[in-house]
Amino acid sequence: MEQSKFTASSIGKKFLMAATGFFLMVFLLVHLSVNLFLFGGKQAFNEASHFMATNPLIQISQYILAAGFIAHIFFGIKLYIQNKSARGKVTYAVNQWQAHTPFNARTMIYTGLLILCFLILHLKDFTIPIKIADTRRFTHYELVTEHFKNPIYTVIYLIAFILLAIHLSHGFQSAFQSMGARHKSYTPFIEKLGVLYFWFISLGFSTIALWFFFKQ
Amino acid sequence: MTSNRSLSLKLKIWRQKNSQEPGRFEGYRVEDISPESSFLEMLDILNDQLIRQNKSSVAFDHDCREGICGMCSLYINGQAHGPDQLVTTCQLYMRRFKNGDTIYIEPWRSRAFPVIKDLVVDRSAFDRVIASGGFVSVNTSGNTIDGNALPIPKEDADKAFDAAACIGCGACVATCKNASAMLFVSAKISQLALLPQGKVEAKRRALAMVRQMDEEGFGNCSNTGACEVECPKGISLENIAQMNREYLSASIQNED
Ligand code: HEM
Ligand code: SF4
Ligand code: FES
Repeated sequence: MEQSKFTASSIGKKFLMAATGFFLMVFLLVHLSVNLFLFGGKQAFNEASHFMATNPLIQISQYILAAGFIAHIFFGIKLYIQNKSARGKVTYAVNQWQAHTPFNARTMIYTGLLILCFLILHLKDFTIPIKIADTRRFTHYELVTEHFKNPIYTVIYLIAFILLAIHLSHGFQSAFQSMGARHKSYTPFIEKLGVLYFWFISLGFSTIALWFFFKQ
Repeated sequence: MTSNRSLSLKLKIWRQKNSQEPGRFEGYRVEDISPESSFLEMLDILNDQLIRQNKSSVAFDHDCREGICGMCSLYINGQAHGPDQLVTTCQLYMRRFKNGDTIYIEPWRSRAFPVIKDLVVDRSAFDRVIASGGFVSVNTSGNTIDGNALPIPKEDADKAFDAAACIGCGACVATCKNASAMLFVSAKISQLALLPQGKVEAKRRALAMVRQMDEEGFGNCSNTGACEVECPKGISLENIAQMNREYLSASIQNED
């Protein structure tokens, strides 16, 4: 298989979108499981966080994760630009979007780019400080819980997870379809699983933020 | 029934001399339209009026006028083939509209379907996609196998038949936010891949048709499902999944 031909093709690009999408969805599950240790108190979270920061397997997968994000974002933007230009210069004067194209499917690029903004904020506030933190002065637990004392930060955090829920409410089942998995016998199940997934992820992260905001 | 009440309507129709010149909307009025007339008959009446006034008539595509040829098109009030589902424009009736309505009529909009004149677009990109692989090669030396002699599982025959219902109208491209042709192409790929006669060339076909589809400038699929909603023949998204499978496995096994 000629690699360049595959990734240049419409179906190849969608395959990459779906593969990276799946990977990011697994990552979110892992990330949330670690965050849930926050409820276990300072020691529990710091131990979980320490494990993540030192385990060689996790360390290697961090690079894969970064590559996954970059590929997902790169191809997402590329698809958006190509798809815009495929319509041609003149667009419809009247279009009944609500009759045929669901809102979440129509706004993937916008929810995606806003998630990217949050991602950058998150890198600056958590990922990088955690990497270079002097844990003798303050631990990961404090780093996280301090942030949720700030109401503005907490609100931004909550909005980000609403956007992610919208992104995933289309993305989850869409990724299966891109991989060629669709059949009337099991697609309704995949759709239900997707609803369960995005509620679990978004409620999980949001509950943590709210808990520490109100706990202070 | 309101069948005897005739309609008077305002039309906003896209007029464009040729593919080079920019087009614009023009307003028209039609009176005394029977609710039982079809949408295309309503346009015939308008054209009759225009010809009598020595004005240029509105160009639009049509042929069978019974929903089977795929020639009629039109984006009517923001929907391909108008507000009804599972019908072509020629099968759309004026009883769907109310007296005094304003109706916007636009051509299919896609870079791969350039406007030829007014509401007529060039859909030959579809023909080139078909020519690239949408066929089955047969031996014509006299020992052709009777198609009915080949056993085909009922489900496969049904699925192939459903896919074969595609009339190549292009409503899927017109509706898709990405002007993607995947519903059309997948209907053709699945129809042939499901049958023993078509299986032989399935891999080469999937690669060639997808490549041609991309070269024509159609967009990529975002799995919005809009094509399936607006397709007059109810072609299912399952065909796109089947095409994705065919293409992915053909890419892995491709030896060129
Ligand atoms: C953790 C974060 C993210 C997850 C879990 C995620 C997940 C997904 C999934 C599962 C899909 C469906 C793939 C498919 O249809 O085959 C998708 C599509 C998409 N994502 Fe993301 N995504 C994330 C972040 C982003 C970011 C930061 C962007 C920024 C550009 C983005 C842009 C897109 C776009 C544009 C699509 C639609 C592509 C198309 O179908 O045309 N996503 N995402
Ligand atoms: S798939 Fe449906 S909408 Fe698309 S060309 Fe075929 S019949 Fe028309
Ligand atoms: S004119 Fe043949 S399908 Fe409408």
